[in-house]
Amino acid sequence: MKKEGQIRIPSGCAISAAISRSGQRITGEKIIDSMRPMHDRSNGLGGGFAGYGIYPEYKDLYALHIFYDSDAYRSQCELFIKESFEVVKAEPIPTRKTPEITDEPLIWRYFVTPLRSVLASAQLDEKEYVTRFVTRVNSLMTGCYVFSCGKNMGAFKAVGFPEDVGHFYRLEEYRAYSWTAHGRYPTNTPGWWGGAHPFALLDYSVVHNGEISSYDANRRFIEMFGYKCTLQTDTEVITYIADYLLRRQGLTLEETASVIAAPFWETIGRMDEDARRKATYLRTIFGSLLITGPFSIILGFEGGLMALNDRLKLRSMVAGEKGDFVYVASEEAAIRAMEPDVENVYAPQGGEPVIVKVKEGQY
Amino acid sequence: MGIDFIYPEFEVKRDRERCIACRVCERQCANCVHSYDEESGLMLSDESQCVDCHRCVSLCPTRALKIVKSDCALRENANWTTDAINEIYKQASSGGVLLSSMGNPKPMPVYWDRILINASQVTNPSIDPLREPMETRVFLGKKPDRIKREGDELCCELTPQLELSMPVMFSAMSYGSISYNAHKSLAIAASKLGILYNTGEGGLHEDFYAYGANTIVQVASGRFGVHEKYLEAGAAVEIKMGQGAKPGIGGHLPGTKIGSDISRTRMIPEGSDAISPAPHHDIYSIEDLRQLVYSIKETTGYRKPVIVKVAAVHNIAAIASGIARSGADIIAIDGFRGGTGAAPTRIRDNVGIPIELALASVDTRLREEGIRNNVSLVVGGSIHSSADVIKAIALGADACYIATAALLALGCHLCRTCQTGNCNWGIATQRPELVKRLNPDIGSERLINLMTAWNHEIKELMGGMGINSIEALRGNRLMLRGVGLNGKELEILGISHAGE
Repeated sequence: MKKEGQIRIPSGCAISAAISRSGQRITGEKIIDSMRPMHDRSNGLGGGFAGYGIYPEYKDLYALHIFYDSDAYRSQCELFIKESFEVVKAEPIPTRKTPEITDEPLIWRYFVTPLRSVLASAQLDEKEYVTRFVTRVNSLMTGCYVFSCGKNMGAFKAVGFPEDVGHFYRLEEYRAYSWTAHGRYPTNTPGWWGGAHPFALLDYSVVHNGEISSYDANRRFIEMFGYKCTLQTDTEVITYIADYLLRRQGLTLEETASVIAAPFWETIGRMDEDARRKATYLRTIFGSLLITGPFSIILGFEGGLMALNDRLKLRSMVAGEKGDFVYVASEEAAIRAMEPDVENVYAPQGGEPVIVKVKEGQY
Repeated sequence: MGIDFIYPEFEVKRDRERCIACRVCERQCANCVHSYDEESGLMLSDESQCVDCHRCVSLCPTRALKIVKSDCALRENANWTTDAINEIYKQASSGGVLLSSMGNPKPMPVYWDRILINASQVTNPSIDPLREPMETRVFLGKKPDRIKREGDELCCELTPQLELSMPVMFSAMSYGSISYNAHKSLAIAASKLGILYNTGEGGLHEDFYAYGANTIVQVASGRFGVHEKYLEAGAAVEIKMGQGAKPGIGGHLPGTKIGSDISRTRMIPEGSDAISPAPHHDIYSIEDLRQLVYSIKETTGYRKPVIVKVAAVHNIAAIASGIARSGADIIAIDGFRGGTGAAPTRIRDNVGIPIELALASVDTRLREEGIRNNVSLVVGGSIHSSADVIKAIALGADACYIATAALLALGCHLCRTCQTGNCNWGIATQRPELVKRLNPDIGSERLINLMTAWNHEIKELMGGMGINSIEALRGNRLMLRGVGLNGKELEILGISHAGE
């Protein structure tokens, strides 16, 4: 069977997120609980989590999470890491043996910082440098796959049901101000760990439920700018689009939302002059990054998250809050599993972004 | 006669029982096929003049007429076809270059027909265009590499863009090659549809300046009718470097077609031949093209997008890449099956490449070079239907040019004898009594009908794929699969085979 990257595999899913606006860090137990009532939205072929604020002691270092097929691939890849980065710490990611999760690869993490001299000679900013490193490893090196590379955050994923994956990675030992989670329902996959979600690049992570119909239009456009869609999954291309628009083009979150879930021309026509000019401008320039077909995504980033539905709202997604916390999930039941007394539960409209930011200085 | 005799290609079959000798056929045939014999009271035919345009067939009130292919045949030969033999007779007799009209009729592969379109099942929903918005609006023109901000505010200035209500435009056909009424039909229809038509290389008749917002004005190697007001009149300026039906050569409108109106529009003396040179004599290389592009932009104050139209030839990807770097806002590519009012037969039938392959390789190349967003791509050269439009856009086009399809809507029956100037349908003729047969109000209505129908079909096809905006289809090659294509063809088209 072909794995992700060799063939495009559509999948349905469950997503969920919890974030504290004051930067209060909570363990991973709640977010695991949120996935239990949505068990049937996954089929055991992939689950994962992303946590923000989990590595405060290394918060200025990039945390590379890598899957290896064998120790031979690991030593090969580590040579490449050492050529590019100063490695402050390297260790296997702690896991727990559990009967539900089997066939695990070697799972390592590295806290690194780019070598100043190499960075200077490459004439790149730090983030671009890290991005290119990861793209090279993932597209050119066999037997290794970088699945997380941000600062003070990390993705954890595996083949299995999400609640078992959380247990496997001992998420109760991590504390994060923002958690996102994903349960996968692929139509077919041989069960490759790299194919599970979230998909992460730098501090961006995406969990997504849907199957976008614009995939190849988006992919072929974004690949012009140095990205390589090696997995052929929606989540991967959406992450690259977010990175391109937010980091490289400098768009705001709202502007990014209005590119990927662009308002209809009819809606634009009804806007006031200023808003109409802006919306027309963004839609005209970035038309190829409009995403059609069903999606609900949660984009995590340092200090916040954004949840967004496709413009027809072809996938369920609800949001709610309680005190300091904001919750988003595919189903209200998931939110209630985290916070039974949740308030202000609502279903955001298609194309209406839910943006939550942690108070400045609290993350 | 004798050695040069070629038996007429068609026979006029007249049902004597039905014929009432009303003489409509006689009055309608500019080729003088039909005549009335006073003595016998019967209609007669000279089938040697028949071009099979179906004017008489369509207008015969008793359906007494049909035109059939003659069964008088040379001895069958799979190698030496009747056409090949007859052409030799003609050339042996005349010493001349063979002329033809409209697109290449040879049985060359039509790749559109070997490509199939996707639809949603189960894993994502199809979208019903009757219940949900379905967007076909397109903006053609250069898109900036980076957004600009002043302070926090987005700076929303864009280089000029063409806005189309649907991704189809009427392609270049000059006033001269087609009639005043044909042009008027196209202009009215384009205005009402919110799309554009193209003047072709013959200038713009003063009556049609009113449709300027929906007009592309063309500048070709003959520079007929090109002046400052003309350039200012249109929504965009197209530099015609080549035409799919006759890549590498110019054009020739015979003096007989240059009447007073055309003479004034083209700015050449009445009755003189209008000959466009093969190349533009101020463009012998890519850097010269850049100068013409910028000359036009300077003249029009950078308010009009500049289109560069080229024929699809072997090295089209590299050529398009050069054009994209030469200031052009839009590249129009015309495939080898594109139509013409007259072209040397050998060139029409043997030069150039299919638009499907040209489009795919250009789009791929521009993306590899990271410059696809710097230009828009418009393709033409035998777009038969809305399905072809969908396939072209999924391969990577921004919009399509149609011309033959538009003429068919106006009544053309593809008899392929435009060069004679005797078009019985009032399209490819300048004879006033024939021109008036095409009523621009009816003609434009038929064009609007055709485009409206196509747009409905485009929306249905998009909805089936779960796509509700045309830009999400552009370059979306996963939506296509090939059938019966070899590995190389699939590789060039950038699509998988059906079943993969």
